[in-house]
Formats: sequence, structure tokens, C-alpha cells
Amino acid sequence: MNVQLFIPCFVDQLYPQTAFNMVKVLEKLGCTVHYNANQTCCGQPAFNAGFQHECKDVATKFLKDFSGSDFIVAPSASCTGFVRNYYGKIFDNSSVHNEVKDMGKRLYEFSEFLTDVLKVDNVGAKLEGKATYHDSCAGLRECKIKEGPRKLLNNVQGLELVEMNDVETCCGFGGTFAVKFEPISVAMADQKVNNALATGAQYMISTDLSCLMHLEGYIKQKGHNLRTLHLADVLANGW
Amino acid sequence: MSQTADKFIAKSTIKAADLDHRRTINFNIGKYNAKVPEGKQQFTQLLTARERAKNVKWRALETLDQQLEEFELQFTRRGGKVIWAENAKQACDEILKICEARNCKTLVKSKSMVTEEIHLNEFLGKHNIESVETDLGEYIQQLDDEPPYHIVTPAMHKSKEDVAKLFAEKLGTDPKATPEQLTLTARKILREKYVQAEVGVTGANFILADVGGVAVTENEGNARLSCAFPKTHIVIVGIEKVLPSINDLGLFWPLLATFGTGQNVTVYNSIILGPKQPGEKDGPEEMIVILLDNGRTNVLKNPKTRESLYCIRCGACLNACPVYKNIGGHSYGTTYSGPIGKVITPHLKDLGEYKHLSYASSLCGNCTEVCPMRISLHELLLENRYEAVEDGFVSFGERMAWKVWKKVSMSRKLMNTGSSKMRSWMINTFVKDWTRHRGPMQFPEKSFNQLWRERNGQ
Repeated sequence: MNVQLFIPCFVDQLYPQTAFNMVKVLEKLGCTVHYNANQTCCGQPAFNAGFQHECKDVATKFLKDFSGSDFIVAPSASCTGFVRNYYGKIFDNSSVHNEVKDMGKRLYEFSEFLTDVLKVDNVGAKLEGKATYHDSCAGLRECKIKEGPRKLLNNVQGLELVEMNDVETCCGFGGTFAVKFEPISVAMADQKVNNALATGAQYMISTDLSCLMHLEGYIKQKGHNLRTLHLADVLANGW
Repeated sequence: MSQTADKFIAKSTIKAADLDHRRTINFNIGKYNAKVPEGKQQFTQLLTARERAKNVKWRALETLDQQLEEFELQFTRRGGKVIWAENAKQACDEILKICEARNCKTLVKSKSMVTEEIHLNEFLGKHNIESVETDLGEYIQQLDDEPPYHIVTPAMHKSKEDVAKLFAEKLGTDPKATPEQLTLTARKILREKYVQAEVGVTGANFILADVGGVAVTENEGNARLSCAFPKTHIVIVGIEKVLPSINDLGLFWPLLATFGTGQNVTVYNSIILGPKQPGEKDGPEEMIVILLDNGRTNVLKNPKTRESLYCIRCGACLNACPVYKNIGGHSYGTTYSGPIGKVITPHLKDLGEYKHLSYASSLCGNCTEVCPMRISLHELLLENRYEAVEDGFVSFGERMAWKVWKKVSMSRKLMNTGSSKMRSWMINTFVKDWTRHRGPMQFPEKSFNQLWRERNGQ
């Protein structure tokens, strides 16, 4: 199966290893992975800042970069959810209407692609320890991802999965919110991290590196013994 | 940045770090969260109910002019009077005129957000008319000289110990009094006020166009007393509160109750059709409904933000909002707080002054998820942000930054220029608000793009 990689801008710049881990898992499951090296960003940052015209130009480039009929897979529910749920609004009443609709159906967040398209819930990964899964808001509410990642993690050999309190509450990242309203964002991170610590987990795992980047920074600053991991990092481990 | 925005940041910074506040709010909202699923069980198809309700409000707002005129026609047929007020000042002046004509010294008032919006108590106080809050939560807030903290539960941020202390200070009760004893004290004081008051003021949860009626929902019975005891009953209501038909209440009452408090139906639901009719024994001698615009037609004007007028003020979005739970209802500095407040205040008041509220959201979408009217609250925040940009309310610096962002995002070549060291330095130097509590960001030496091209010989 041919798969086009969509590596969101911040993953590209900050977490290349996670992207390669995703590639490793996809290839193991028999996918032929392609990467259009022209790709940049889906446009979400500008849209969320209110700069919709700037967003639209970048989104137009995105449509071009990902044209075709292959599945598109991304290690981010946030970017996946944005393309799926907002492109239709951005390109409302336009000539690319059908293209946008079609792209929404071809584009998958990584865990969704494994569980819903490849119908896989065990990739043969190993990781010793106790982990808690963090529902990203985009995963939960934009993409409706809830059980998939948990299934995948439950089948990781050696890994014990425990649920934390208020698991559906936002961690406080929120893009520019994290910077513009830093004290609120940090207070939200504090509660999320406390809930995770209360489970006794060593790992906090999620589909979204945007949440994890924010939480990891806060955890390190506080010196807690809790490591953040992207789902792809876990699934690519131990084989 | 506006002064209002500075105040918001200052207040929210303090509250977000206030762990006692966090504990009280989480406790009280926890009780709400435990109760709501019980209320939801009364709906066999909750989503359908919500969608139908949204459709009803859509129809009401799309034909708002006709609905309001129908209401006026029906309501005045039974001797009621309707006053149209364009803004807070007009509404307050009309109420004062009525009070002065009736020699009113004391006015009793049920809980009403719209009276908070026009700052009625303060206005009447200046004219030597005592305006007494009769809802227990509002009464507590009035004693403490604080605006309501929450649109449904005004004193949500106070523990029972806080209330006992407040009553002891202001009313001389035993500082160790139980909630039951405190309620009885309030009841005794308020009963006297009902009898003294020449005028009663209530809000309205809905106004019903087809019958020309006002629907009031409450749990304590104080609104009934406020509109039944005094000779004059004034209703003040936002124009968006209209429902086309009395039959719509079958849907709206349970939705309001469930999403507001987790009840199946609220304890007291009254439909008031007008003043005392010939042959009737009780009721006020006159009844006046003030239909308030106060910026609502600004919201109506924009087809995208229009749906925020479907709000039935249940408060579900406040309870669901992680930002609200961290900064509390008073940090917003607005009558309507939480997600709905962030959406409507910039339109009701001034976009330039209140736009910061639209950015003070992590866009988690939980508000949209819980809204019984299925208002796309977090998307409307994005719409506000867009309007702020279009109307020129963002700084030159930010405009330039997004121009540069676009240029870079349009070209992979540009995106690949510069070293990782330079990126790390730029981010960590310019985005201090990121690094303060999260440490510096470290860009790896090479991006995925570079690594992929190297590995694949591109």
C-alpha cells in the first residue's frame, strides 16, 4: 500500500526521530512510504491566529503537495483534524471543493491509520514499564480518537497502561495560547502532570507532540520522573 | 494591548496560581459533572433533541423581527406593555422612570444576567432605590459586593464556610451557622423585602412569541415572589431569548435544566402572560417587558457569529472550560464569562477592547462539545480572531510575523535555510514566555526533511 507522509512543520523541525519511527512502523506493516520533500505546513498556525488569507495560500500549496489518491498519514491529530475539519470551510464554494473533500477521506492520523485502515492493533513492540495515555483535544474531539491508541498500547509487550483522572481535559498547550497566556497554560499543564504522576506512570504517551512538547518542558523544569513519548516512538521500540 | 487586556492577564495570572480557588471550583464543578449524566438519561435521543433545539433557535433568530413583533402584539393584547431599549442606558432610564412614577424605594429582583449586563443595581442605588437580590446565590454576592462568578451559580467560588463568615460579618449571624440556618436567615430578610417592594424585576429565560408570554425558570421560587408580590412587574430580556411557540418549552425546559444543573426539570417554571386580568385575584397590576438590544444586533449582523445568539445561558460551557476553571469567573472582567462570554462580549461591547478574550483559549473544543444548542463556540473564537485581523486590531509586528511565516511556508527552500543553532537561539530569545516554565527548546541538528533527502539521495 502506498502511503504519503505528512510530517507537520514542528515535527519536521523538532522531532525528526518520531517521524522516522512512524516510517519504521508503517514499513514493517507493508506500506511503501513516500515523502514529498516540497511539503511545509498545513496552515493551521495562521488560521488559529486569525490570518485566514495567509493560511489559505499555504493550504493551497498543501493541496498541491498532497494531490493524488494515496493515503496520507501524519503523526499528529492536530494537523490531521485541521485539514479534515477546516479545509472545507477555507475552500467553501471553491473549485477545489471535491479535492478537499477527498483529501479529508485520504488523510489519517498515524494510530487511526493503523487501527482503521490497516486493521492492526499489535505491531510487536516492547517497552517495559507503566504508562498513561494522554488524549489530545484534537485527537479526542477533532478526530474522535479514543480507543485506537489504547488498543495499540495495551498490546505493547511489557507495558502496563493506566488511566489518569480528567483524561479528557486539555493540557493547556493551545498553540500561541501557550505563550500569550503562559500562566493559564502552565496551570493547566500542572494539573495534567499531577494527574499523570498520581497514576505512578513513568511514561505519558500521546498522538500529539504539540501537547507533549509543552508538557515535557514543564515536567523537566519541575524535575519530575515522567517521560513523554509519542505513540510512534513506543510502537517502533523493541524490534 | 488594551487596559482591559492587561487587567485580564493580571487577574488570571493570580487566579491560575491560586490553589485554594482551584480546589473549590474543581469540587463544585465536580458535583455538577456527577449530576449531569443523570439528567441526560431523560433523553432517548439527546443529539436529536439538541439539534432540534438548535433548529428552533435558528428559525427564531432568522425571523427575529417577526417573532418580536408577534410577541409584542400578543403580550399587549392582555394589557402588558412592551418597551424597546437599544442600549443599557435606555433600559435603565425606562426602569427609573417607572420606579419614580410609582414612588419606588425598594425593588426586589430575581436572578438575571441581563440586569448585570446593564448594571441595574448600581444605577438604581445612585437614584436612592434599593435593589434587593432575592436569589440566594445572588444575595450572597450582593452582600459581598461582588458580581456573579458564574451565570448559573453566582457564588460557586465560595465554600459554605466562606458564606457563614460573610453572613456573620454583614448580618451578625453565628459564624458557625449551617447552610440551612443561613438560608433561613436570608429567607426571613427577603420575605420582608418582598412585602415592602413597590416594583419587582425579573429576567426571562425565554419569551414566547405565539402566546405573548414570558417563561422564567428557577429553583428557589424567588422569581415567582418577585413578580407576584409587588404591584409592578418589570421583565428585562435580551431580544435573542425569543422562542416561536410555547410548545417549544417541552424541548427547552429539560435541556436548560439538564445542561444547567443536571436536573430533569428545574423546580419552578413559570409562564407569565401579563398583568392581573379582570376577575383574577392576584398578580401584579401592571407588567412591562423591556426588550433589550445592547449590541445583540451586531452579533446578528454577522451570519457566522449569529449562532452565538442561540445560547440559553445554561452555563455548561463554563463548567467544561479548563480556562474558566483555572482563572475563575471574575478574571474576565465581563458580565458573561467563560467560552460564551469570550465569543459575544467583543460584539456586545467593543472588538478592540475585548478581542484578547478570543485568544485566551487553548481551543480544546470542550465547550462546543457540551453546548446543548450545539453552538460552535471554539470556531467562533477563531472567527473573532479573524475579524480582529480584518478590522486592523492586531499589531504591525504580528502582521509582519505572519507575512514572513507565509513566505517561508510557501517555499521549502526558504524553510530549509538557516542552522538548527540559529533556530534554537531565535525561539529561546524571542519567545521568553515559552521558556520561563518549560525550559529552552532544542532544535536537532537536522530536520526530517534534510535527513530524508540525505538518506534517499535527493
